[in-house]
Amino acid sequence: MSVRRDQTAVAPSQHADPQPAGGGKRVGKAVLTYVLLIALSVIFIAPLLWMLSTSLKSQQAATQSTINVIPEEVNTTAYETITRPGTDTPVMRWFVNSMVAATAHAVLVVVVCAPAAYALARLEFKGKRLLYAVILATLFIPPIIFLMPNFDIVSRLGWLDTLFALIIPPAAGAFGVFFLRQFFSGLPVELEEAARVDGAKTWQTFMRVIVPLSKPALSTLLLLAFLTNWNDFLWPVYVLFSPERLTLPPGLSRLQGAYTINYPVIMAGGVIASIPVLALYVFAQRYIIEGVSRSGIKG
Amino acid sequence: MSTQPEQLAETGTLRQQHQREPAPVAAAPGRRLEALTPYLFLAPYLLLFTVFVLVPAIYGFWISLHSWDFLLPAKPFVGLQNYTSLFTEGSLTGFNFWQSMRATWTFVAYSVPLLLVIPLLVALVLNRSFPGRTVFRAIYFAPYVLGVAVIGILFRFLLDTNIGLLNSFLGALGIDRIAWLSEIPWVWVSLVGATVWWTLGFNAIIYLAGLQDIGRDQYEAAEVDGANAWNKFWHITIPGLRPVLVLVTTITILASANMFGQSLLISQGAPGNATRTAIMYIAEEGLGSFRMGNAAAMSYLLMLFLIATSLAVFAFFRRWED
Repeated sequence: MSVRRDQTAVAPSQHADPQPAGGGKRVGKAVLTYVLLIALSVIFIAPLLWMLSTSLKSQQAATQSTINVIPEEVNTTAYETITRPGTDTPVMRWFVNSMVAATAHAVLVVVVCAPAAYALARLEFKGKRLLYAVILATLFIPPIIFLMPNFDIVSRLGWLDTLFALIIPPAAGAFGVFFLRQFFSGLPVELEEAARVDGAKTWQTFMRVIVPLSKPALSTLLLLAFLTNWNDFLWPVYVLFSPERLTLPPGLSRLQGAYTINYPVIMAGGVIASIPVLALYVFAQRYIIEGVSRSGIKG
Repeated sequence: MSTQPEQLAETGTLRQQHQREPAPVAAAPGRRLEALTPYLFLAPYLLLFTVFVLVPAIYGFWISLHSWDFLLPAKPFVGLQNYTSLFTEGSLTGFNFWQSMRATWTFVAYSVPLLLVIPLLVALVLNRSFPGRTVFRAIYFAPYVLGVAVIGILFRFLLDTNIGLLNSFLGALGIDRIAWLSEIPWVWVSLVGATVWWTLGFNAIIYLAGLQDIGRDQYEAAEVDGANAWNKFWHITIPGLRPVLVLVTTITILASANMFGQSLLISQGAPGNATRTAIMYIAEEGLGSFRMGNAAAMSYLLMLFLIATSLAVFAFFRRWED
């Protein structure tokens, strides 16, 4: 059987072990496998359900030691508390900030990395190999190295406590270029050559031939960049200060500090931070999983 | 600029003249432009890359050679003093730094083996064909799309000694409350457990991709030779996964060594500073207390350790191959 990695998504059944039909022993084994798989699923889903359920309880109900996954009565006090105007923990404002930052960042990554990756994959120029080697090498530098100097640089640019600090510097990372270059290198050259013969300039070839062909890869990068930025924690904790300027991750940390054991409020913040990424995940699960398995990034 | 009198006479407009391709004279600049094209494609990215990656990688080292307080105008050059002070007996920064390095090392030592083995088992199960396997795959990966901030606040709640879900369960089984957030060794169990829960799916997905690249025919040939499941696993699956194992091991060690959010939000470094990791201490020192020179020096030292560790991993796998 030939192993083929699809452009968009792995078609799972293609590669899987075909299972010979069997007798009762096999059925027993299958049942056991399912029991294990479902038990494992409960371990993964239960904490998330518990977060949602707690966010809909009163503080008093949440401190009872009885385990009620479905609240006895639905209580929206937690959500009212964090959406109240004039609070020091304006969660909806953080939501908007996160949305703006992650969207702008993702678009910037794709727009900036795609032409660069194309040049590195296909165009000829002096110093190409060295440049790509340098870009790749920076993938292995631990992020903490950049924390102090970039804080200083961002401060000189006047971007401290602004969303620019979250949108622009992280877009310089090598991942996008690495990811797209892999993809562009795998495209058949013939199409570009045909366009060249027709007299298309390099830029036109890129925009009219490469970009349309690369929609799956570009969308995957867009999604991964959005997720990474939405979830980014260490950097925003230190470059954003004002309550109304925060994004959700540093905001959740503040929320925990402000409400300590008022868990319904803290969990409500968690729910609000989780909804967009889980929704994206439900709709684009294959892109995300395939993108991750192809590239091996870890946050 | 070449004038084209005939055309000018024909249309009588200057605008038209500008739009014309200035044919023979301009050919050379056109070709030069074509030679510049790759650099134009690269320019926007390279600008960002230079300002926010290349320059800071070196600038950070420059900072580490100074007594660099962000808030003070004077930043005197101190040579390698920020480094040597970390090795000086009785230095508080040195003590804190090595304590945080121990915490990081402890976390790596506990989390990495689990994150190598459990996801492999999950991937082996998911690599079989059965109805619903993509659903299970999606469920196991789901926590990974959430950020560490959500994981942190969620596990702080689940593991709360008094009202946490886990102690409620244990209470129902007649087991006494455990101080998951503040007692050694439980706090390590908490941090490692939360991390395994969060990132297990990620490693499983990478393994799964690797498993799918191992040819079915290899297994069939082994079956003909009468190999059992264990033989097949040990002599086909593991060698076939070797490149993936190198990748997963390296990524997992680096990710665990960079642990920050879990300690900050779940244990808050407790008890004492026992679970304050290196990243957490460096960030606090540099951007909380603004002793950036110290912090930068520590970050380079940490990097040396990580490079050494990665080289050790590669050496290990190379020897294994021989």
